[in-house]
Amino acid sequence: MNKSRKQINTTINGEDYTHEVEPRLLLVHYLREVAGLTGTHVGCETSLCGACTAIVDGQAVKTCTMLAVQADGAEITTIEGLAQDGELHPIQEGFWERHGLQCGFCTPGMIVAAHQLLERNPNPSEDEIRHGLEGNFCRCTGYQHIVDAVQYAAEKMQG
Amino acid sequence: MATMAGPSRLIGAPIKRREDPRLVQGLSHYVDDIKLVNTLHCTFLRSDYAHADIKSIDTEAAENLSGVVKVITGSDIAGKVGSIPCAAEIEGLKVPDHPALAVGRVRFVGEPIAAVVATDPYVARDALDLIEVEYDELPAVVDLDAAIESDSTVIYDEFDDNIAFTMPLDAGDVDAAFAEADHVVSQRFVNQRLIPNSIEPRGVLAEYLPGEGTLTVWSSTQVPHHLKTILSLLLDLPEQLVRVIAPEVGGGFGSKLNVYPEEAVVAYLATQLRKPVKWIEKRSEGFTTTIHGRDQVDYVDMAVKNDGTITALRAKLLANMGAYHQLLTPIIPVLTYLMMPGAYKIPNIKLELIGVFTNKMATDAYRGAGRPEATHIIERMVDLAAQKLGMDAKEIRFKNFPQPDEFPLEMATGVTYDSGNYQMSFNKALDTVDYASLRARQAELRGQGRYMGIGIATYAEICGMGPSVGVAGGGWESSTVRIERTGKVTVLTGVSPHGQGQETSFAQIVADEYGISIDDIVIIHGDTGRQPQGIGTFGSRATAVGGAALIIATQQVKEKMAQIAAHMLEANADDLVFEDGNIFVQGSPDSAVTFADVAATAHVAVNLPPEVEPGLEATHFFEPSNFTYPFGAHISIVEVDPETGEIDLQRYVAVDDCGNIINPLLVDGQVHGGIAQGLGQAMYEGAVYDENGQLLTGSFMDYAIPKATQVPRFETEHTTTPSPVNPLGVKGVGEAGTIASSPCLVNAVVDALSPFGITDIDMPMTPNRVWQAIQDAQ
Repeated sequence: MNKSRKQINTTINGEDYTHEVEPRLLLVHYLREVAGLTGTHVGCETSLCGACTAIVDGQAVKTCTMLAVQADGAEITTIEGLAQDGELHPIQEGFWERHGLQCGFCTPGMIVAAHQLLERNPNPSEDEIRHGLEGNFCRCTGYQHIVDAVQYAAEKMQG
Repeated sequence: MATMAGPSRLIGAPIKRREDPRLVQGLSHYVDDIKLVNTLHCTFLRSDYAHADIKSIDTEAAENLSGVVKVITGSDIAGKVGSIPCAAEIEGLKVPDHPALAVGRVRFVGEPIAAVVATDPYVARDALDLIEVEYDELPAVVDLDAAIESDSTVIYDEFDDNIAFTMPLDAGDVDAAFAEADHVVSQRFVNQRLIPNSIEPRGVLAEYLPGEGTLTVWSSTQVPHHLKTILSLLLDLPEQLVRVIAPEVGGGFGSKLNVYPEEAVVAYLATQLRKPVKWIEKRSEGFTTTIHGRDQVDYVDMAVKNDGTITALRAKLLANMGAYHQLLTPIIPVLTYLMMPGAYKIPNIKLELIGVFTNKMATDAYRGAGRPEATHIIERMVDLAAQKLGMDAKEIRFKNFPQPDEFPLEMATGVTYDSGNYQMSFNKALDTVDYASLRARQAELRGQGRYMGIGIATYAEICGMGPSVGVAGGGWESSTVRIERTGKVTVLTGVSPHGQGQETSFAQIVADEYGISIDDIVIIHGDTGRQPQGIGTFGSRATAVGGAALIIATQQVKEKMAQIAAHMLEANADDLVFEDGNIFVQGSPDSAVTFADVAATAHVAVNLPPEVEPGLEATHFFEPSNFTYPFGAHISIVEVDPETGEIDLQRYVAVDDCGNIINPLLVDGQVHGGIAQGLGQAMYEGAVYDENGQLLTGSFMDYAIPKATQVPRFETEHTTTPSPVNPLGVKGVGEAGTIASSPCLVNAVVDALSPFGITDIDMPMTPNRVWQAIQDAQ
């Protein structure tokens, strides 16, 4: 084993991964370049835009400012892990139904952030949705259809 | 067209997007998601100075770093990579050499100086720190007014001054109109510099196959066809062996309507190293070296009569080019110049447009591109005139609108507006907000010491970018429609959507024409290897020009199909109907042939009518006869807190007329996003350089693009005035929201603060700026 590299074990979207990585490798680059899951995007590398958001041990995390070695032992869900058995997750469905995306680049991070928002508050008001997504930038939609999409998902998830 | 289409089912319907399933699952491929074996990674060393001579560059330590494959500087590629081009053709335009990597002198912070290629992207970044550059700093030219003074530092030794071009206009008799005016209103406007910030940064991946001699470039671009042609010229490669692919592209807003140094250098490196080379822009690079927008200082006078009639407009427009011309840099303020009259009949107009070099990043097309500036000027001036006359902001607008029967209408600036009914859209907006009761409410609140403002912007814009005579690089568009042997339809288009949704709206058009399911149609775009000719997506042109090319090609194939079907049915082609996947004689749906059977017959080619050739495919190049001129009325309602300067945006109503609508869901999305960007300019955004030419707003910490909490819910309505210049009657809607919203919001805030005697306020209207304006007025 290369001395400067560290072995990490992660579970991503239910699958186990073991890799040796440079200690400085960012988690987002681990997900994209090592695990091959390119749905998590890099938008600013400064933890401001939210395009890189993934769920790490139950928390929505901006993976551009976390090291891969910090995720050793973690359970990670990325955008690729939300749909189950070919069925879109209700949030994904909401974004599709309500035209909650245009270029789609912010969308995975936005959906993952909305996932955490609805976990904490299953029936949010419009203001609460907007505050919950404050850390995720969208330059295309003006956010209105994103709010509509999250409302759609909230209703659907409550049955 | 002889044959009749089936009932229109999809055009005009809010069909949800076919693009979305891949995007919401993270399964699409933007440039950085494309992984080729043995890819090398490129980074760029960039200038720390706005203006300096480069005394020396020492790359030795970087070259010796393990993992570094190559380091190149400007002198290494001189004569091998051509000058980054500008497509503008303006009389007397000064076009400086624009090397892909600086040679001898740098002229803005962020200008690329050297490129490093390494086996690992982290190593490529490490290597940048090992390159030593010695500079001799020169005075930086940063202020637009000062740049054209005779004592300014001149940026280019080969030019006498920093003036890139001047463009005069003198239409009608402006001097007489001002002499005879009852009132003259004058104002200086600063239309601040903006940074587009698509959420996907730029990126390039290039692969060269030396045996075949083919270069394939994946780029996050809005104009893959222009990039293909220009790369072939810059690198002296045969154009037919260069293929550019714009894969999934994460927003552009004009910033990717360009050809950048990084595209040329990465492609060059791929040809030399014979391995794939990739560069992905860091956000910090995006702030400094992806084109900026706006940046004008405008001096404007307006002559008005007591009854509100605007008789003349006179303006000096200073437009900041930045240090180099990018693809369309000088063209952008020309759109301001052409659209100065906005939605009003103004017979006498005198303009002087001056393009100015400064030591900043180049400006170029950013959503609206020249029209937000024009709209800001005219909509603010109209309000200023109304304020001076004591006239309602509504009345002065109706007074100066052209009548609907006056279209097509030639304006004093030389453009001809295609169609319009400005009264209709404005009345709809006024009714939506109940304007009279709003004014009553405003008076009531003023009595209580509260500052409510009503902002109006009634705009007309120019878009549907074509005809070619008015668009550098060509204003046409191409489309190919091919019906495969199985009856599935392949549509190839030269437009290059990057969020606009044409995989859906274009399929709606074709499905209706052929009477088939949308699921049987695939729209292919953004690949010069599949659709060799095209122009791209910008200037709200994709549907107005690309959609027009598409419908004509669709109909050409349909005519041939009808001939074959008529032969099979022993009927007359003129009597056939295409409906629900079948083709039959009108009134006789029971004896039909299927769409797929006719497609198979065309390809099997043993039962074709005489003189009909096998296959079902047509390509059409569409050249529009004019631009389109969308219009509309936006109204915003704000309340300003005079103690803090905070603006509470309470309501925003947009009535847009973009001609016929293919998909209202997508149109609303465009309007929302457009308003948010105009709102960003009005309230939050602004690029700030210091006196040394350092960009102070170089991250999302310092440059505030609107967040979800910072925009309200928008109310959107439409009127429909079809355009006569294309067969779909569409006008385009991508930029309307941006064009109307910034003046709409400034007008609202100025209206709110008019009791203080405030007549104008610069953007962005931050709380501090608003508060200061109130303090200064008191």
